[in-house]
Amino acid sequence: MNTKHMTRKATRHISQNEGLIFEKSSPGKAAWKLPPLDVPEVDTAKLLGKQERKDLGTMPEVSEIEIIRHFTRLSTWNYAIDLGMYPLGSCTMKYNPRVNEFVARVEGLANGHPYRAEKISQGALLVMKTLSDCLLEITGMDAITLQPAAGAQGELTGLLMVRAYHQSQGNARKKILIPDSAHGTNPATAATVGYAVENLKSNDRGMVDIAALAAQMNEDVAALMVTNPNTLGVFEQEIHKIAELMHAKGGLLYMDGANMNALVGKTRPGDFGVDVMHLNLHKTFSTPHGGGGPGSGPVAVKTILAPFLPTPVVITKPDGMLGFEYDRPQSVGRVRAFYGNFGMFIRALAYIFANGPDGLRQTTEDAVLNANYIRKGLEGVYDLPYSTPSMHEVVFSDKVQSKKGVRTMDLAKRLIDYGFHPYTTAFPLIVPGALMIEPTESEPLEELDLFIEAMKSIADEVEEDPQFVLDAPHNTRISRLDETAAARKPVLRWKPDPSVR
Amino acid sequence: MLNAIGIHSVDDLFSPIPAEYRLARDLAIPRQMAESEIVDWFKQRAKENGEGYTSFLGAGAYFHYRPVVIDALVQRGEFLTSYTPYQAEFAQGTLQAIFEFQTMISELTGMDLANASMYDGSTGAAEAVMMACRVTGRRSAVIARNLHPEYREVLNTYATHQAIPQKLAGYTGSGQIDLKELEKLVGDDTACVLIQSPNFFGTIEDVEAIAEIAHKRGTLLIVSIAEAVSLGIVEPPRTADIVAMEAQSFGVPLGFGGPYCGVLATKEKFVRQMPGRLAGQTTDKNGKRGFVLTLATREQHIRREKATSNICTNQALVALMVNIFMTVYGKVGLRELAKHNLAKTAYAADQFSRHAKVLFAGAPRFNEFVVETSEDPYAINSRLLGHKIVGGLPLKKFYPELGHAALWCCTELTTRSMIDTAVGLVAESEGRDSESSKDAEPAEVAR
Repeated sequence: MNTKHMTRKATRHISQNEGLIFEKSSPGKAAWKLPPLDVPEVDTAKLLGKQERKDLGTMPEVSEIEIIRHFTRLSTWNYAIDLGMYPLGSCTMKYNPRVNEFVARVEGLANGHPYRAEKISQGALLVMKTLSDCLLEITGMDAITLQPAAGAQGELTGLLMVRAYHQSQGNARKKILIPDSAHGTNPATAATVGYAVENLKSNDRGMVDIAALAAQMNEDVAALMVTNPNTLGVFEQEIHKIAELMHAKGGLLYMDGANMNALVGKTRPGDFGVDVMHLNLHKTFSTPHGGGGPGSGPVAVKTILAPFLPTPVVITKPDGMLGFEYDRPQSVGRVRAFYGNFGMFIRALAYIFANGPDGLRQTTEDAVLNANYIRKGLEGVYDLPYSTPSMHEVVFSDKVQSKKGVRTMDLAKRLIDYGFHPYTTAFPLIVPGALMIEPTESEPLEELDLFIEAMKSIADEVEEDPQFVLDAPHNTRISRLDETAAARKPVLRWKPDPSVR
Repeated sequence: MLNAIGIHSVDDLFSPIPAEYRLARDLAIPRQMAESEIVDWFKQRAKENGEGYTSFLGAGAYFHYRPVVIDALVQRGEFLTSYTPYQAEFAQGTLQAIFEFQTMISELTGMDLANASMYDGSTGAAEAVMMACRVTGRRSAVIARNLHPEYREVLNTYATHQAIPQKLAGYTGSGQIDLKELEKLVGDDTACVLIQSPNFFGTIEDVEAIAEIAHKRGTLLIVSIAEAVSLGIVEPPRTADIVAMEAQSFGVPLGFGGPYCGVLATKEKFVRQMPGRLAGQTTDKNGKRGFVLTLATREQHIRREKATSNICTNQALVALMVNIFMTVYGKVGLRELAKHNLAKTAYAADQFSRHAKVLFAGAPRFNEFVVETSEDPYAINSRLLGHKIVGGLPLKKFYPELGHAALWCCTELTTRSMIDTAVGLVAESEGRDSESSKDAEPAEVAR
């Protein structure tokens, strides 16, 4: 075992083995108890007839301590922000404050039924109204919907509104321009809304090529979807020219707000010409990623798009009460049942309260500072394909290391041994072998130094013993998993062993 | 740090932003607050939000007991603050949990397999319709009118630009889908029939009969399940091709409508057309069992505009709540829990029927029922609100023909005394006695 390069951050420790919950099940074990029934028992066969279910098959029977141990043991096999830096580029893995979790569980908010009368939903409505107002001020936009459940659904909502707007102008148009550096959800969303996708090449500085845009922009183009800062972490310096080019031909500028953590309190998309954008509350506004969700993807728009917002919209009624407005004839309709991921609204608003104007600005500054500190620390060790200034994230490539046959994914797997979650690999597509690193504002200098030290150490290992890096991770419970086999013959659920039963 | 980077001030790092677009003022948002102030602010909002009211609302959002171990476990930082498990070696906890979730959802729904989650029941149903179009190569759908009206609205939004024409199938006096009408609406160009069971009125559909009508024409049957607890006692839709489920009932707080937990389950042969993440079992280099996200070639990060869906982030942590709930109740508890729901509802429907019309009596129901009154349900609800009781959902908004009817729901948490109090208050305007009604047919049957 090569331990020469191990750093101060991680060491091995005992990890509990744990099978599948079904393998612990046996008849008679239980973790539930219902109160005595205070109404007459019913004859289920009589009530349900042939619709009565007789058997729940392989559902588990286990005790409470087994459940606690099962999930606690599983949890220890995960890496998490709570354990250390999680430098996934464009994912904004910042600290998830615990006060957010606490206030989201306050009785009354946590147990509010969505169909309660507005009269007794004023608290929830005020949460939505206050968050909406804050997000509008932060983005410099005019109107907002909180309904979309995640970023991709925000994109869908935004493009539906783009389409409805053009339709109201007499021509829905045919296509969406998307830079080659864009996230995969952008083209997937455009297709869902029935638009053709046209690729827009980046220039040698990693930005939208203005000349290419001017050449490709015409009256068939409904909108340009741009991420700013883009997925290279580069601010689109000519964003106002981009907006002008779009607007001159009647097109709209859509901004993917995935990287809003670089802008909050420093500049506002509404001021630099954006017509419609989505935010990711689970990125910029600290709601937890939870192993893949839930997210929340509010969409903010300029006045021209406001008539098309999904229903319902939160309004202040003449008597001062808050309420929902449903009668909006030009609306694109509903994108989700009820009003969106309300629990995430609470958390995001708590985050905004905890920061205030000063805190939000400093958050952005610290995020950009941390990314540039890493950039400086690793420059020369890893190839920097674009020398354009970085905002909140920096993208290196594996150009140097790949000469030894070690690719970005291999470096990432080795980083696990050093006690860090990998950065984003193989994205953006315009950088072959990308290492996309976003530290966020949450990381103290000590953690950043440990990360830089680990990355340098791995680069040394590639020179000395590339095979060792190719075989990583070495210190996890399991070694590299066979993803090809998993896809070729998918096993997507547990089944009892027929020889046992 | 500034020295290390070689700059004089942090503002130097923001020089790429053109000066005229840099914000030279404070954001006009509330000032920074202390944690104690934040907690106070939200507690105040909770007080304005019907704290302490008892409720008979269901309609796609159900108030069931949430075992405390759920929050104890999902708040572990290793689950709460981890990302999508793309780096499998460092995320086996989340991945194994998803695999168990998929297993239990498959078992409960009677399907071969299930995905890792969708946003919610409404978007899951819309995605299921699009999936059926891909599977069959057909582009039209027949939708039950007694599917949750907001699910129908979401489907309309999604289908608008997919060119999927929809036909609506009405309901009969039993509250169930009109099979004769359905038979006429399903044609050789129909990709799918989408129903809900128990449906929006709480009535359990004859899934087998509906499946027969659909399958005769090569049409897929999608069953939406909004009340997951029903699966403890109601036969699952085994003859369906896709189940689009909302699992909120399994341990997810009402939370004013979200986040909830949608999930799709289907037959093995359709898996490559299924949207959303999937965890699969595999082995590592030493032959040890492990789990990975798999069949990613369906997804947007690989296929971009040719993906099965644009979904990326899902409802992972909420799916974990559902997972823990299913584990706590398990094989026996889920059935007992469902029986309690059935008993409370049977009692409540019986009590209401002494004073008002309980509609759709001809078919079995789970934990919801429709009560028609002579007085406007909104007026009745105002009266109940004075007693800190939230009455049933007036149906006029969604079903104009049911103008004086409301959808009531009981769960295991509804007590007999709550039911008796509510029935007593409703009776004030109705004044019927036990002789005059019992379960009755609706005045007119809607299409």
